[in-house]
Amino acid sequence: MKVVVPRERVAGETRVAVTPRTVKRLVRAGLSVHIETGAGSASGISDAEFIEAQATIVSDPHSLYTDAGIVLGVQPPDAETIARIPAGTFLVATINPLIEHDLVNRLAEQRVTSFSLDLVPRIARAQSMDVLSSMSTLAGYQAVLLAAMSLPGIVSYLTTAAGTLHPAKVLVLGAGVAGLQAIATARRLGALVWGYDIRPVVAEQVESLGATFLDLDVAAEDAEDAGGYAREQTQDQAQRQQAAMTAHLAEMDVVITTALIPGRPAPELVTTEMVAAMKSGSVIVDLAAERGGNCALTRPGTNYTTDSGVTILGPLNLCCTLPAHASLMYANNVVNFLLHICRDASIDVDTDDEVTIGTLVTHDGQVVHERVRQVLEA
Amino acid sequence: MAASIEWLYLAAAVLFILGIRDLSSAETARRGNTLAAIGMLLAIIGTLQHQAIVRIDWIIAGMVIGGLIGLLMAVYMPMTAMPERIAIVNGLGGAASGLVGISEVYRHVIVPQAAGSVVTFDAFHTGVAGFEIMLGSLTFSGSMIAYGKLRGLISGSPLTYPGQNIVNVAWLVGMLAVISGLVTGSLAPEFFFVLAGLALVFGVMFVLPIGGADMPVVIALLNAYSGLAAAATGFVLNNKVLIIAGALDGSSGLLLSLLMCKAMNRSITNVLFGAVGAAVSSGGSTDQGDPQTISVVEAAERLFDARRVIIVPGYGMAAAGAQFAVREVADLLKSRGTEVRYAIHPVAGRMPGHMNVLLADANVPYDDLVEMDEINPDFADTDVALVMGANDTCNPAARHAEGSPIFGMPILDVDQTSQVIVIKRSMSPGFAGIPNEMFLAPNCHMLFGDGKQVAEQLAETLSL
Repeated sequence: MKVVVPRERVAGETRVAVTPRTVKRLVRAGLSVHIETGAGSASGISDAEFIEAQATIVSDPHSLYTDAGIVLGVQPPDAETIARIPAGTFLVATINPLIEHDLVNRLAEQRVTSFSLDLVPRIARAQSMDVLSSMSTLAGYQAVLLAAMSLPGIVSYLTTAAGTLHPAKVLVLGAGVAGLQAIATARRLGALVWGYDIRPVVAEQVESLGATFLDLDVAAEDAEDAGGYAREQTQDQAQRQQAAMTAHLAEMDVVITTALIPGRPAPELVTTEMVAAMKSGSVIVDLAAERGGNCALTRPGTNYTTDSGVTILGPLNLCCTLPAHASLMYANNVVNFLLHICRDASIDVDTDDEVTIGTLVTHDGQVVHERVRQVLEA
Repeated sequence: MAASIEWLYLAAAVLFILGIRDLSSAETARRGNTLAAIGMLLAIIGTLQHQAIVRIDWIIAGMVIGGLIGLLMAVYMPMTAMPERIAIVNGLGGAASGLVGISEVYRHVIVPQAAGSVVTFDAFHTGVAGFEIMLGSLTFSGSMIAYGKLRGLISGSPLTYPGQNIVNVAWLVGMLAVISGLVTGSLAPEFFFVLAGLALVFGVMFVLPIGGADMPVVIALLNAYSGLAAAATGFVLNNKVLIIAGALDGSSGLLLSLLMCKAMNRSITNVLFGAVGAAVSSGGSTDQGDPQTISVVEAAERLFDARRVIIVPGYGMAAAGAQFAVREVADLLKSRGTEVRYAIHPVAGRMPGHMNVLLADANVPYDDLVEMDEINPDFADTDVALVMGANDTCNPAARHAEGSPIFGMPILDVDQTSQVIVIKRSMSPGFAGIPNEMFLAPNCHMLFGDGKQVAEQLAETLSL
């Protein structure tokens, strides 16, 4: 079966869906790999390296899709490209189907069987295919370095003859994969690190990395002196939590926000008032910028400093600033997934498998993914 | 009783107490042993001045034979057989108490006229004699079973049957009922012999269900019983030094067994009734059976004897913050020439690279960290795999249990190692929420406890 890997066309995208190593694995599995010329150049992989791994380099983007069986990509193909994909072809990419509704409909119309790797279920055996997890790992790491570069001082603690340099205080909001990696990286740079998440169960995970879990729980006090209606209590509680968070933020040098809700805009965690309370020279890195941001003042895709001196970074697709490792991890995720659904060089859609069903978006001209269909119909 | 005897007894008691205090530290233990031995000599001298002694030749014969056996045991039994030796000595102490009790009862209660007894056994004496005979007899039989288990004459694994704890408790209640019957006079004095028989059987039933690894605790506890039996003998014979020495022995034995339990991170009830109770404490996975457990000392011995060791870290190590103690264990083993490596599963922990970050923090060399595919063929050729709070990443169910949430996930082939030691807080399942069948395998031993504490204890034991 012919596997096609086009050059990524979205601006700023530096990754590629295969590496020479994964090409070898695909070839060993009986697949023939056709890669568009220059596909790996942004990741530092030359056409020659792909040829050495027994891939075929194709320079004409039109003939690339002839007889294609499987199309691999990082970003989903654009409308013009989709029109070129033969019906019945399998597509593996990060489709983001809960938001990209037009794209999903177009794939269904073209009768493409598409799998979206951002939907890989979060179970242990599928973790080797989970692109959100691997890309978040890199983003969490890089966010700390960005913050460190934007700080007016150093991160670690130094007592010198020329004075004592106090360690930077770093708060990470949201302790998912990116958040935990940010905590670990900040700790290794020598910062004092706090972590916070609305799920109290992750406190142990935060602490396992040597950070302190921020305790905003003011509910006990509330329950005692409120005595009113539940709703008022909740409002009061939320206010108190915000007040407690504002007080903590005022102490921090770096705040990294990582909170995302699948298929929804990012929740607002840092309000305008909170930013106003922060120290001049402090830095906010908003990893949720692509989904609107966790900070009310984030401008997605831009970095700027507020009038009160707080630098707010809203990086988009941060893992693209680490193309070599991002491609390595992404390509491994892709090949692990592909070899999972592919038996004897052909794909039979196994509707009993949790991983297959969880990622399958369109099949036989239909949108088959339950959640995506609900969102489309709504 | 002559005043000189009282003085000798007082001096003996003081020496016992000083001796025990000195035994609490390795530096002063020799002196403590000498002090206690001198105390015992004074107590014997005092006892020999007793008015009630009729014939001295029997006593001398007994002392010579007993002394000779004691001397030979002290000289020829190796230090590694110390637990067995203590089991024998304990058992004989219990037997002595039991025999004294029976002879006293025989001569003062059963055949008082023929023996020309002028002592009247009141309710207190009867009750104390009952306890003496019961504790002495069960100490004897229990110690013999403990000896057999330690020596390998009896299987070290727990021998259990359903309802065991109920039967044992009922048996104990039955013995107490016999004692109360004797005290109130509703049972004929001959029932003292029945009591001795019941207690002998109870000693056997009480020790059989306890696993070989827990024997030291049982011996300490039996030590306490023999002390209590001796104290009871003291009441029966109206001998103060026996009461004091017995009480010291009883309390120190009990404290020692509690300390040992604490060191193993288990409760005394879990040790004594654990063979049946273990399944209940395993938290939600009751049908998986009982794992074999191992003590820190035994685990250290196995690591000490190994040539190749693979450490398998998991989220448990991270949560306990045990990485520094783990590195210390590895360093101690390496300094002996043992090959120590870490097997890193790609999904170990709760974030990608969790183990790398923590082990790097603890200055574990990167070269020692080996990824799964590379190290998997080596497990079969490894002596000990030390699993530190890993679970799903080494669960063989991933290979064969179709329908399991981890089926098909590549795992570390830890189960192919000749010996697996798993350090874990409990039998509770990992992230995937399924029990790990490897924990029940014959080559696997569980070392329950907080990862950091256990690893520190391992390092401490290995550095001795």
